[in-house]
Amino acid sequence: MILEPRFTDDVADLPTHKFGPSSLTWWGIIGFMVIEGAFFALAFAAYFFLMGHEQGWPPEGRQPPNLLWGTLFLVVMLISEVPNSMIKKAAHERDVPTIRALMPVIIGVGALLLVIRGFEFNNLNCRWTDDAYSSIVWTLLFLHTTHIITDWGDTIVLWALMMTDVGWEPRRLVDTDENCLYWRYVWLLWIPVYLMIYWVPRL
Amino acid sequence: MIPQRVKQEDERLARERAKLARDGPKLKGAKLEARLERTWRRPPGILGWLATVDHKEIGRRYIVTALIFLALGGALAAVMRLQLAVPDNNLVGAQRYNELFTMHGSTMMFLFAVPVMEGVAVFIIPLMLGTRSTAFPRLNAFSYYMYVFGGLLLWGAFALNIGPDVGWFAYTPLSGPQFSPGKRADVWAQMITFTEVSALAAAVVLVCTILKTRAPGMTLARMPLFAWAMLVVAVMIIFSMPAVALCSSMLISDRLIGTNFYNAYEHGDALLWQHLFWFFGHPEVYIIFLPATGFVSVITETFCRRPIFAYPVVVLALISTGILAFGLWVHHMFATGLPRVGYSFYTSASMTVAIPTALQIFCWLATMWDGRPRLQVPMLYVIGFIVIFVIGGLTGVIIASVPLDLELHDTYFIVAHFHYVLIGGAVFPLLGILTYWFPKITGRMMSETLGKIGFWMLFLGFQLAFFPMHFAGLLGMPRRVYTYPAGLGLELPNLLSTVGAFVVASAVVLFVINGLFSLYRGTIAPQNPWGATSLEWATASPPPPYNFAHIPVVESRTPLWDAKGELPVVTGLRVDEKEILLTTVVAAAPDLREPVPEPSLWPLIAAIAVGVLFVSSIFSPWAVVFGAIPAAIATAAWFWPKELKRHPEPVIS
Repeated sequence: MILEPRFTDDVADLPTHKFGPSSLTWWGIIGFMVIEGAFFALAFAAYFFLMGHEQGWPPEGRQPPNLLWGTLFLVVMLISEVPNSMIKKAAHERDVPTIRALMPVIIGVGALLLVIRGFEFNNLNCRWTDDAYSSIVWTLLFLHTTHIITDWGDTIVLWALMMTDVGWEPRRLVDTDENCLYWRYVWLLWIPVYLMIYWVPRL
Repeated sequence: MIPQRVKQEDERLARERAKLARDGPKLKGAKLEARLERTWRRPPGILGWLATVDHKEIGRRYIVTALIFLALGGALAAVMRLQLAVPDNNLVGAQRYNELFTMHGSTMMFLFAVPVMEGVAVFIIPLMLGTRSTAFPRLNAFSYYMYVFGGLLLWGAFALNIGPDVGWFAYTPLSGPQFSPGKRADVWAQMITFTEVSALAAAVVLVCTILKTRAPGMTLARMPLFAWAMLVVAVMIIFSMPAVALCSSMLISDRLIGTNFYNAYEHGDALLWQHLFWFFGHPEVYIIFLPATGFVSVITETFCRRPIFAYPVVVLALISTGILAFGLWVHHMFATGLPRVGYSFYTSASMTVAIPTALQIFCWLATMWDGRPRLQVPMLYVIGFIVIFVIGGLTGVIIASVPLDLELHDTYFIVAHFHYVLIGGAVFPLLGILTYWFPKITGRMMSETLGKIGFWMLFLGFQLAFFPMHFAGLLGMPRRVYTYPAGLGLELPNLLSTVGAFVVASAVVLFVINGLFSLYRGTIAPQNPWGATSLEWATASPPPPYNFAHIPVVESRTPLWDAKGELPVVTGLRVDEKEILLTTVVAAAPDLREPVPEPSLWPLIAAIAVGVLFVSSIFSPWAVVFGAIPAAIATAAWFWPKELKRHPEPVIS
């Protein structure tokens, strides 16, 4: 039996963009954040599992990583939330000129962070081949670095798009808003990773 | 703040927007359908075929590909059964036998069972929810291509005689650099990476589709049970698959760049592998089983002609199974030695998970009891499922007990147990649901007679193949041995198993013959051949590229049974561009109109780029650095619009 349509509502006047949980891409991004969070949680579990086998942490004869570069990384990341919040606010207000002006700042911060990260790897006081402790510490730092790199690349592409006429398109502002959300996630992640790499070995 | 030029452009676009054609009382019927057909059909030719983002095409490809892997995995099983038919056989040697069971298990778990469930969901979920596309259809296409490339890697390596030989769970230290030189174990580990990326992408697609694209009025409390099952499964994939991706990456790095995660000499631990692997591996069982319970609910409801008994109990059972599944992984590790409290905890957790499963079974039985069951082929598969799964569940309760597990660990009793729960729990419902949705997928009915013959062959052949394995196990036959000596009483159970395995294989061949025959000669299917109630039956069989001419509205949990000749619909979506309706997460109230991406080759190109990265990183760590560049370019091009101009309404080109 073919059912005849019975017309109820008309949705033609519904918007085509909204910020936050109404947006489909917001849910997609949350999905990927949870996946990446699961990776980190499991890497932390592996870290504690290996730590449980040791008499000392770091194992005897090793120095904990030098604090300077990791802490500097933390400070720069926390400060980066200032332009990040400004971009997010500008996206909500459709203030495209501010977005266009501030995105290069965030991209510059990303580049700076990658340089600092290079020094961090150099100051872990171990190589990944040394022992299981070294392997897991390198893994944590590597995992976080992949997040910095992907967000950095992503931000460059989005900035290039925002510089075109399409930048005024409201859905691109939602993209910008969600890119800022992701950056928040990346720096929030760094706090536990930083504690695991730099401070748990000092407890 | 907004420049005059942009304001003028906004006004011009608003004027144009008002002129756009939309479905409604003035645009309906054949005229509407012709326009929607033009908008939604993909470009012709091989490039159009590769660029498709139609969930029905991708779902069909997923299902067909997974069935091909089922056949390949089954062929390996047939060879193994021939080898074990008689004692002291030398049809295949020990090394080849190691490869056979590794390939069989890996193929069935990673290339058949999970992808086939995702494929069915990708095909049917948007239809069931009353929408026109999945969320993120390009990601969906990417997920399929990653899956195919993972399968090609594994089987290509096997064909080149570098197939893995370390078992489907690749325990360290056996799979580590010391005991598995060469690249066999790396192939296995990298196949994992492919299939995990694929499964995770599909999981995000499914979660977003289920939460955001349901028809107006389809509140969470009115959602079909298969959609509930897939929502739980997708969330489980999101939390569990990172575990296996992480541990297999650690394995590759131990093997390639000399990390020491599993190297006991440098303070690593082989048991770290087992924990991480089974933290994925046990939920994996439910990732395969829960979609099947969704199939069973769907079939039972339709063929008993009454709503499922105690719907909220079934939903809560699905959710609690999903949660409990994460608390059991250590029962795979009883033989590694645990603290006493660990034994007690994981025994009780393993027994606890039987409770929600039993609740679901009681709900299905009550539905049958209170309904008027029609014993057609899909319903026969449901009954077969219940019988076999209950037997497998009972042996599961037996081996949840530590003393018995230590006795039976790594014997054929375990092989019997997991084939009862996996074939009984997943393959039977799958064959039932493929018969059930065959008319929706192809437009034709499968032969009922061939279907019934096939069912009985499978049901009886299955018992013959796997029931004797319990006895072989109790007699002490270890799993994964390529032969056994005469005189231990193992001859009869093994011979029976081999005969049964060939009956099972014949039944599967018959199913395929039935499918192919029906594809060309089957009775033409009407819209709703089974008299079912969910929305996939409110459109043509097979559905047009746009699924529904108007987006349906749901006013009860059994929409088509309550329809009374009319289907309530909403109007106002564009007809000249692809568009779907987004609704709110819980109440499914209309929320947004969302453009649907145009077909694109970039997901395929991105999958190729990522595939090259993964395969080359088996050989050199630098592949991760240099391979990332084309992958990044491909994903940027995927996101970048084809035309840098604004449209009256958003378009994803």
